[in-house]
Amino acid sequence: MRARDIPITAWIGMFGIGLAFFCAVFAPLIAPYGETDVVGAVWQEADAQFFFGLDNLGRDILSRLIYGARTTLFVALAATVISFSLGILLSFIAAVSGGLIDTVFSRFNDLMMSIPTLIFALVVLAVLPQHLAVLILVMAILDSTRVYRLGRAVALDVAVMEFVEAARLRGEGTGWIIFREILPNTLSPLLAEFGLRFAFSILFLSTLSFLGLGIQPPTADWGGMVKDNKDGIIFGISAALVPGTAIAALAVCVNLVVDWLLKRTSSLKGGRGDA
Amino acid sequence: MSSPPETGSLQGLKFRERFPLLALIIERLLLSLVLLLAVSVLIFGGVEALPGDFATTYLGQSATPQAVANIRSELGLDRPVVTRYFDWLGGVVQGDFGTSWASRNSVSEQVGNRLGNSLFLAGFAALIAVPLAIGLGMLSVHYRNRMPDRIINIISLAAISLPEFFIGYLLILYFAVNFGIATFPATVFDGMSFMDRLKAIALPTATLVLVVLAHMMRMTRAAILSVMSSAYMETAELKGLSGWRAIVKHAAPNALAPIINVVALNLAYLVVGVVVVEVVFVYPGMGQYMVDAVTVRDMPVVQACGLIFAAVYIFLNMLADILAIIANPRLRHPR
Repeated sequence: MRARDIPITAWIGMFGIGLAFFCAVFAPLIAPYGETDVVGAVWQEADAQFFFGLDNLGRDILSRLIYGARTTLFVALAATVISFSLGILLSFIAAVSGGLIDTVFSRFNDLMMSIPTLIFALVVLAVLPQHLAVLILVMAILDSTRVYRLGRAVALDVAVMEFVEAARLRGEGTGWIIFREILPNTLSPLLAEFGLRFAFSILFLSTLSFLGLGIQPPTADWGGMVKDNKDGIIFGISAALVPGTAIAALAVCVNLVVDWLLKRTSSLKGGRGDA
Repeated sequence: MSSPPETGSLQGLKFRERFPLLALIIERLLLSLVLLLAVSVLIFGGVEALPGDFATTYLGQSATPQAVANIRSELGLDRPVVTRYFDWLGGVVQGDFGTSWASRNSVSEQVGNRLGNSLFLAGFAALIAVPLAIGLGMLSVHYRNRMPDRIINIISLAAISLPEFFIGYLLILYFAVNFGIATFPATVFDGMSFMDRLKAIALPTATLVLVVLAHMMRMTRAAILSVMSSAYMETAELKGLSGWRAIVKHAAPNALAPIINVVALNLAYLVVGVVVVEVVFVYPGMGQYMVDAVTVRDMPVVQACGLIFAAVYIFLNMLADILAIIANPRLRHPR
């Protein structure tokens, strides 16, 4: 595949994701002010010195946005990676083993999925202590149910192929069949799904933070910044919309790349077409 | 419908064979009931199994063991889990969700008021979103891969990526603050006239519509497109039917089952979207109630709200399955 085969929309998406990751990695170097430094009056207008103005406590919004990219991307990425590893592993084990294991895993998954994700998260977070690791794990486990469903469907398609049969007859173990036979042949649709789940994680984390149940202050995070500045809206101060736009833009960028990946893989087996 | 069997052999036939459709529907109903019961165990049991204790949270880390024990026995937390689960379930079945730990008020009373508000908001949003989404989906299929389809596609892709609260605040900033043609916050109370109520929920409804519209439209488009590629659609085209006629008369009826599924799925999503939108617009519904309860760890309220949201979700999914069974002749006569 050559670079010019990639559509312009996918390039825009990749540029946006790259920019966000750049901000996250080099936050202390490029942010003009500190994450929690009060540098001026409350909700000061944007000017040459403060690009996006100041927030509800007089902190620089641009700096907090850059530091926030760090928290938001790290938590969302960590949750997605864990949920993916968990979902794929369990679904492949279910698809390869079949029988009782498959039934038990799948029924339990159905049960988990019969409660809306946000509601489930609210119930669980009401009990658990407020901690970053807890938040990541809750997000990951709830999201892995969706990965499991797709992973099982894709793996079942591959598991009945002749080359898997041949591997079984050779006497390969479950581990070999999962990682050497099925995984390489399902990588394409799974990659697109990874992007979708990542976009969802960003939105989900932002929603939780917005509701006051995600990242706790004073750590900057995009959803929490919306919550901090929401009272300004009534006075016509749009400070809350800046982090909101950042969340939306990043999610759009991820979706643009996913769209391109899906179009590329939709002709392959297990591709999901337009859905 | 199956043709009626001869009356002479009726006794010999089992219920299942006589009413295959009814049997399928009853099966699906029972399945939902079992699912609901399992969810209630998950919500109650999960909360019990996880670490964290209301008494210590409520009194702070420095509380004496005696004070903690007192509050635990006052709330009934010192009894065995199984006993409490069945007490709780028995109450729930009779419409009694217990008393809130934080306010000591009856949970059922609050739920009664707020559930109506939430359903009113979600129902109104659905009323607008469903016809709009299906219409746009059909339009998009009609002009597929041409300019209108591409524009709809790009806009809907963007709309999917917008968080609910962002849309909400954007609408507030423009319509309530800058132009002053809508009201914020969306306060509703008993005895409010219907028109006032509609005016109050205009912005939250618009937010919810925008949130589900894009999803529903994209899925409708995909459902109709998969039907469009079948052989009878080619026949329709070859015999010279106009594009619209082919879509409305031939494609849409066959895409009905998947579209019903899409609609129900998104209505279920609407139920969740309500949580965030209610917080944004300070609307007195179930979502706001639940979020407030989670913040102070008021477990009876959290459990009640969780169970009700899950029940609505399960009910909508069940409704979708049943409607799909009725709409699809192949499911009506399995094998």
